[in-house]
This record gives sequence, C-alpha cells and structure tokens, in this order.
Amino acid sequence: MAHFKKKKKGFPALSTASLPDVIFMLLFFFMVTTVMRNAELKVKVAPPKADQIKKLENKSLVSYIFIGVPQQTKVFGTLPRIQLNDQFAEPVQIREFIAAEREKMKEEDKNKMTVSMKIDSETEMGIVTDVKQELRKASALKITYSTLKGNPLDRPVNY
Amino acid sequence: MAKREIQEINAGSMADIAFLLLIFFLVTTSMDTDSGIVRKLPPMPDPNQEQEDIQVKERNVFVVLVNRSNQLLVEGQLMNVKDLREAAKEFIQNPNNDENLPVKEPKYFEYFGTLEVTSKHIISLQNDRGTAYKTYITVQNELAAAYNELRDELAMSKWFKKYDDLDEKYQKVIDEIYPMKISEAEPKNVGG
Repeated sequence: MAHFKKKKKGFPALSTASLPDVIFMLLFFFMVTTVMRNAELKVKVAPPKADQIKKLENKSLVSYIFIGVPQQTKVFGTLPRIQLNDQFAEPVQIREFIAAEREKMKEEDKNKMTVSMKIDSETEMGIVTDVKQELRKASALKITYSTLKGNPLDRPVNY
Repeated sequence: MAKREIQEINAGSMADIAFLLLIFFLVTTSMDTDSGIVRKLPPMPDPNQEQEDIQVKERNVFVVLVNRSNQLLVEGQLMNVKDLREAAKEFIQNPNNDENLPVKEPKYFEYFGTLEVTSKHIISLQNDRGTAYKTYITVQNELAAAYNELRDELAMSKWFKKYDDLDEKYQKVIDEIYPMKISEAEPKNVGG
C-alpha cells in the first residue's frame, strides 16, 4: 500500500506544479509596476473629478504636495494644511523642498520635474494660490492638479 | 525498500509563501495611476525688468470671475458652469466673425493653408481666495474641454481621426491654430 500512497488524491487533470511559478511572475509584476507609498497621508484628500486629464509619465520625476484638512483634527486643528512628503509645512518651506527634490535628480532630468498637487475638493483657493506663488518663485513651473477621472458636472451643485 | 527519489524538501508550500508575499505587496503599495490636469505656471516676473503692460483689446479677452460662493461671472454676466464650455468655444472660434468676439486674422498653417484664427485671444480667469478648489478644477476642466473639443473637431474634419490619435507633427499644427491661452490672475478678496 505504501507505493500507492502518492496516488491517494487521484490525478489532477491539470498539473498544478507550475502554480508557484505563476504566482512568482505575478509577484514580480507587482514589484516592478507599483510604487511603495512613500508618504502617509496626514491630511484628508478627496480629489475632485475632471475629464480632461493626462497621466503622469515618469513617476520618478514627480514631487508631491498634499493640501487638506489634517486627519487628527484634535491635535492639528481644522484649517487646511500643506504636507510635503511626510511633514506639515508652511508655504515658505516649499522653496527648500523643491531644491531638495531637485538635488535628488540627475542633471538632464532637472527641468522635467513636475509637481503633482493633491488637494482636497473643499479647500479654499487662498492656500492653493500661496503654494502656486511659491512654486513659481522656486521655478517649479510644471504642475499637475491631481484629479479622479469623471465628469465634474455630474454632481449636484448648489448654484 | 527502494531508494526514495522524491525531493527531500516538500515544495508544496512554495505556492503559499508566494501568495503571502503577493498579498503583502498588494496591500502595501499603491498602483496609484496619478493623473490630473497638467498646467504650466508662468515664470515669476523679474523684479528688475520693467513690467510693460501689454495692451489688449477688450474684445480679445474672455473674462471669467469666480467668487467665494462658487458663482461664475463670465463677461459681466452670471453663468452656470455647464454653459461655460459652449461659451468658451464660441469665443475661441468666433465662427461668425462677431464684433464683440476676438479679432480674426489670416495666418498660414502647414497642411491647412491660410486660415482665419483668433490669434490674440486670451481667457482670463480670476478666483477669490475663498473659492472652493473643486469649482476651480471644474472651471479649468471646462476651459480645457472647450479647447480639446475644438481641436478634436478640426482633426476630425481634416484627417478623420481624433486629436489624440494624430501624429505629433499634426498635433503641433492644431496646437498653433487653437493655442491654450488661459491666464490666471492672483485672487483677491472680491467677496461673495
């Protein structure tokens, strides 16, 4: 009976011997195509919808600025804050941030740097404009307003 | 007892390990296809350079004001944001050569010959500091949509393809015929 022990399960019609290989392939695919979330969002960002959008091409040349209401309102208050990478910041610190991000890039890529702004829908334009002015001063002129894909006119509006 | 030729290490759990690693990666990373509206900011004016005020004719400027209550005032009249796209298209194209809309001048373009275009038109957008960001994005979206629709219509009529499906050199010519001229002024507190 010992010789027949292996046949207890019966022949699988499909050989499952290559299942680990398939899984490894999927794993490598995900390792290559995704990006480790580099910053924990400390602010609540619900991006607005737009349909005239373009995909960001080269992720390594992108710096992120988050603007929104902090997630821990008891500690940080309810006014919208700016988050650069993983810390809160004030508009004046944006210039240093851009210079630091530029340093990390190679010479020829420096003028292809884009700044992706992920801003909460309910934020008021005052703080956004301050950030844009600082970006202009730091010569970071290529910007993207990060949005979800959708028709912005679908929502019920109050005007 | 025949010599066992089976593997010493049971490889059956390799699939489980692989699944675990896969789930780890799925959870910790983000397939964040970051997409959005791409814009170029104007460079800061040189403080030493004299600011020459460019003279623009009023008919060449499409004024869009957004106030703190997210209402739009377009060319002095209240407008719903839904109508912005059509109004902007009419302004940019000026199909009937209306006197209140921008001046149309003949210009030569490759592949098209001489066309009359509103080469000096400008869309001027001004927000209030209290305007909601989503309204700003909706307005930007509608203005960009106006240009993109005009570009698509032209590409269709000439080459029977949409703008995005054209070769780069054709896209460049269409960009010259309908250049995106959206100028943003600094928001003041214009009030509700």
